[in-house]
Amino acid sequence: MFAKSIRKDHYGYFFIAPFFIIFLLFGLYPILYSLYISFTNWDGIRTPEFVGLGNYIAVFHDPIFYKTFLNTLFIWGVSVIPQLTVSLVLAFILNEKFVKGRNIFRAVYFFPHIVTAASLGLLVSLIFDWQSGGLNHFLVESGIIHDPINWKNNAWFMRLIVSSILFFQYFGYSMIIYLAGLQGIDPSLTEAAEIDGATKKHIFLHITVPMLKPIILFQVITSIIGGMQIFDQPFTLTNGTGAPDRASMTSIMYLYNVAFQSTRFGYGAAIAFCLFIIIILFSVLSFVLTNRKKA
Amino acid sequence: MEAIRPIRRDIPYAAKPKRRLSAGMVLMYIFLIGFAIICIIPFYLMLIYSSHSNADIASSFIFLPGKDLWANYSNMAAKINIWRGFMNSFFIAGSTTVLSLYIGALTAYGFAKFRFKGNKQLFFALLATMMVPGQLALIGVYRLFSTFGLLDSYAAIILPAAANAFNVFFIKQFIDGSIPDEIIESSRVDGAGEFRTFNQIILPILGPAVSALGIFTFIGSWNNFLGPLVLFFSQSKYPLPVLVALVQGYYGMDYGLLYLGVAISIVPIIIVFAVFSKQIIGGVAIGAVKG
Repeated sequence: MFAKSIRKDHYGYFFIAPFFIIFLLFGLYPILYSLYISFTNWDGIRTPEFVGLGNYIAVFHDPIFYKTFLNTLFIWGVSVIPQLTVSLVLAFILNEKFVKGRNIFRAVYFFPHIVTAASLGLLVSLIFDWQSGGLNHFLVESGIIHDPINWKNNAWFMRLIVSSILFFQYFGYSMIIYLAGLQGIDPSLTEAAEIDGATKKHIFLHITVPMLKPIILFQVITSIIGGMQIFDQPFTLTNGTGAPDRASMTSIMYLYNVAFQSTRFGYGAAIAFCLFIIIILFSVLSFVLTNRKKA
Repeated sequence: MEAIRPIRRDIPYAAKPKRRLSAGMVLMYIFLIGFAIICIIPFYLMLIYSSHSNADIASSFIFLPGKDLWANYSNMAAKINIWRGFMNSFFIAGSTTVLSLYIGALTAYGFAKFRFKGNKQLFFALLATMMVPGQLALIGVYRLFSTFGLLDSYAAIILPAAANAFNVFFIKQFIDGSIPDEIIESSRVDGAGEFRTFNQIILPILGPAVSALGIFTFIGSWNNFLGPLVLFFSQSKYPLPVLVALVQGYYGMDYGLLYLGVAISIVPIIIVFAVFSKQIIGGVAIGAVKG
């Protein structure tokens, strides 16, 4: 019996083969090919022409690359800090049994996360429109402002709007992940603290937050990977332009413009790999920082 | 807890902290309801505005439904084939879901129940692929499909999405937790082949776990924007998000039409979420904790 089941083990390769064949063909091979393209000039039609590190050197001297990268960093930072803190407070509240309608609140907060990001970007663009947008009409008619504000003409407004969309889409998601983590905290810990007279605030700061540290780290790292890839919302918000003057253009929007609009695929691929290296550096950095605090 | 209550009753000012707590409760509910309103308003406005004419939308703030929903719809129908986009989205998301779940289940079962050489290493490699951003492959995928003449075909989107590492991970967790080796052994004793055992015995058991994951995969694919934007050229192939973005480029001043287009791409998600919110939220939570 035992010997028989041992002999079956090589069947495992047949079960995992389809996944790895698809992954090698449509995952790994394209990545390696992108890497090769990044060392060439390729217009999408003729044979790629090898240029060595030329594209990478050009990226380092490209002011637009830096601008779009800083845009991305700003948009990400402004959205991620409230996202990870507000959601933690909400999770803490919604983990309390006495709160009425907990499941409804959870569902409502989570809902924006699964809405089509591209459609949401367009919706926000319509609501923030200068002449016809609902927001300006509301503000003017309720007497808060006198003249409609041209939101889309202001670089900082546009970046903040993108940040707000990201916050809107991700705080509920973060909250659900925190809630899952809170289920893992031994209730006898908080009960003991309550008996000793600790307030909710103390429990939150001295038990909940330290216990959730691994989950906070997990969220920071996944948000870095996601944050560097922001594309859909600012793309449809600005009809692909990143207006005004590329103020709301993210790194991936720039990559898209370079590779698929200007058909400079080699340069686009070099941008993609530079971003990948930056993502790895940030992930390692946040991992090291969080672990050092522990020691 | 039982031990505390009698002591509290003896405190003369027992009522006071209770009243202070209720003031805090009011603040807390204001906070909770405030966020809930923020989450709902954009979608409420979307539905309201899609039923108004351009003139209405351009002139004042609106918060009640109008009468021009049909006019906006016929305006849209004259310009773009939104239902074609709807069917494209449905077909792409549906095939991606079925394919990636079946391959995910196969792979997860292979890793969970067969102790072949390199099992752990290969599984670790699979998990590592989740950390790689998709844009890295985009240019290579573009080149690959242009070589095969598969650009502007559904396969260009569906095939790469079929190898979904998260689905493998999720299903493996489920198999590890709830499918004992004895089931497989007894099927083998009955003389069933390995793939028959998988298809007829394992797959039905995986049903509930896989269906929750399926909703998630479907929504993820439905929302995909950059992939189809790059790999499709003909409007007849565009899924909804790309079609809606295209409408923005062509008919940017046609507000009623734009709101309606956005609504048509989002309403299916509202419906799916209204029905399956428990499974969707539960799936996110399980995936996160195990990860």
